[in-house]
Amino acid sequence: MIQNLLDGVLTGAIVSLGAIGLTMAMHMLRFANFSYAELMAIGAYVALVFDRLFEALIPAARAAIGPLSLNWALAAALVVAMAATGLSAVAIDRLVFRRIRQRAGPLSMVFASFGVALILRNLITLIFGLKAQLYSQEIAFAVILSRDPLILIKPDQVFVLAAALALMLIFHLVLTRTTFGFALRAVAENPALAQVAGVRLSAMVAAVWMIGGALSAAAGVFYALTNHLAPTMGHNFLLPVFAATIVGGIGSVHGAVLGGFIVGIASGLALQIMPSGYVPAMPFLIILAVLLLRPHGLFGEEQA
Amino acid sequence: MIGVVSYLAFFLTMAGILAIAVLGLNLQWGNTGLFNGGVVAFFGAGAYGLMILGGRPEAGQFGGFQLPFPVALAGGVLLAALIAWAVGILTLRLRHDYLAIATFGVAVAFESVTRNAEWLTGGAKGLRGFHRPLEAAIGDPFLFSLAFLAMVLAFLAAVYLGLERLVRSPYGRLLRAIREDETAARSLGKNPARLRLAAFVLGSAVMGLAGGLYASFYAFISPQDMAPILTFQIWAMLIVGGAGNNRGAILGAVLIWAAWTGSGFLLARHAPAEFQLYTGTIQYIMIGLVIVGMLMWRPQGLLPERLAISQTGGEAARRSASRDLTGRETE
Repeated sequence: MIQNLLDGVLTGAIVSLGAIGLTMAMHMLRFANFSYAELMAIGAYVALVFDRLFEALIPAARAAIGPLSLNWALAAALVVAMAATGLSAVAIDRLVFRRIRQRAGPLSMVFASFGVALILRNLITLIFGLKAQLYSQEIAFAVILSRDPLILIKPDQVFVLAAALALMLIFHLVLTRTTFGFALRAVAENPALAQVAGVRLSAMVAAVWMIGGALSAAAGVFYALTNHLAPTMGHNFLLPVFAATIVGGIGSVHGAVLGGFIVGIASGLALQIMPSGYVPAMPFLIILAVLLLRPHGLFGEEQA
Repeated sequence: MIGVVSYLAFFLTMAGILAIAVLGLNLQWGNTGLFNGGVVAFFGAGAYGLMILGGRPEAGQFGGFQLPFPVALAGGVLLAALIAWAVGILTLRLRHDYLAIATFGVAVAFESVTRNAEWLTGGAKGLRGFHRPLEAAIGDPFLFSLAFLAMVLAFLAAVYLGLERLVRSPYGRLLRAIREDETAARSLGKNPARLRLAAFVLGSAVMGLAGGLYASFYAFISPQDMAPILTFQIWAMLIVGGAGNNRGAILGAVLIWAAWTGSGFLLARHAPAEFQLYTGTIQYIMIGLVIVGMLMWRPQGLLPERLAISQTGGEAARRSASRDLTGRETE
């Protein structure tokens, strides 16, 4: 029970990171982006490539940091992956979504995002293979917190939770304390008015993709660090991330964070009452419950 | 010779079944502007519904009632419609993309039920055994395959004619009116939510019909048949043929199915051995490229929607005809 709860909190942190960018992009560009979760997979695999590269170039970077299986090479690769994924998110927007946005309605964008997701996912499969991979072949030993009930925690999991919370805090401060954060919120609120006030819309759209891509990449790497890398990881996170944005209310960053934890913990606790095969459907049940009880989410505003 | 004919019969049977599903999607997306991200679930509901009602009984397995084909088929269609009704009633009042997310969720939930609920769906091994209509009476498998093809084509013709009538009726005009401008339709006293729900349920029932025919064709159904790629294939068929045009929907089904089977054949034959595992991956990328490419360069499809033009609206109609089908509002 407590073990499931802890695992749920960890999953929740990863879902939250993924949901932040999605909720902003959905609010600002007004379409549900089904290719969004693929950014997590892109981030995780870019990190894999640079992790191997740094390990080969700088043997000293192979040293693990403290008790973690994370080493300096992967830590550096994480930073590179965040930047690279942000840039590829901007590139995908320029290449596909912006062109469709200019000539068709939001539902065509939803449609296109389905196609983009299919292409990205299968390109990753083609390049890296169907097999699941690991950053480190070394076994990460879990620390026993208590024997009855048995509760195990890996140092990596503690690190992932702390790092995810730190990233969210940084983003929260940027959003609430900086001019850039104000501009971002203004565009989300009312694009036309924000433009009148001198905010460049295209720059803000790029910024949202950049931030969303970077946070998703971190989420992908964190997931891969505590589980494994697989080409299907983006697809598997798609529904949880959408559920988090709907629970929190589309457009609400704080709502997305809270929604992510709700989805993660609910999926963890669901293991108590249902066979694990049904857990992928859990976010769907949460979506249905929210649509029944509070269609605009916890912090969302009504919007047609 | 008989080999070629029987392959052709197989090809056309599958293309016909898929075309029925594309027609169902066309009613939702093409005529009403509803995004269904879980086509496979409604197709699957029809397939599993038919097998549960009409399949043969097995130990420890719910279903296997051996009901006659028409009853089992109708049951599958009804199941698809019921699921659509439940999802539609929750989401159609909300932001447009909620339907897309919820239907995608239906597909994920449906897949986990088919894989795990062994008592109901047989789990990974699926459901097998179904008395196909007239199979025993005809006897000869080749003649039976031709008869089955004729039945599929008859269903396809019936669905096509039914939907054509529907789209040309005042009801169809209303659906397009809602798609184009909901506020205007509402100001005329129409109820968009109810009309959308009806179109969504009807379209999903047609997909269920296609699924039921698919399951009775193979007399076998498993989660492998209901892979998420089916949704993408059916979408690609519609966007290639032309959303909003029922003839386009059928044309798209034939073209994409030909491209799919053809590329599968070529890859199996000519791709290097170490690539064989990835032929599906390459085909998926092709489907994705078709969808994105069509949306970017020819969103109206090969056969664009024929706009019904009223006599007094010549100028407005010319203007809207020069516009893309999907070109509703631009940001």
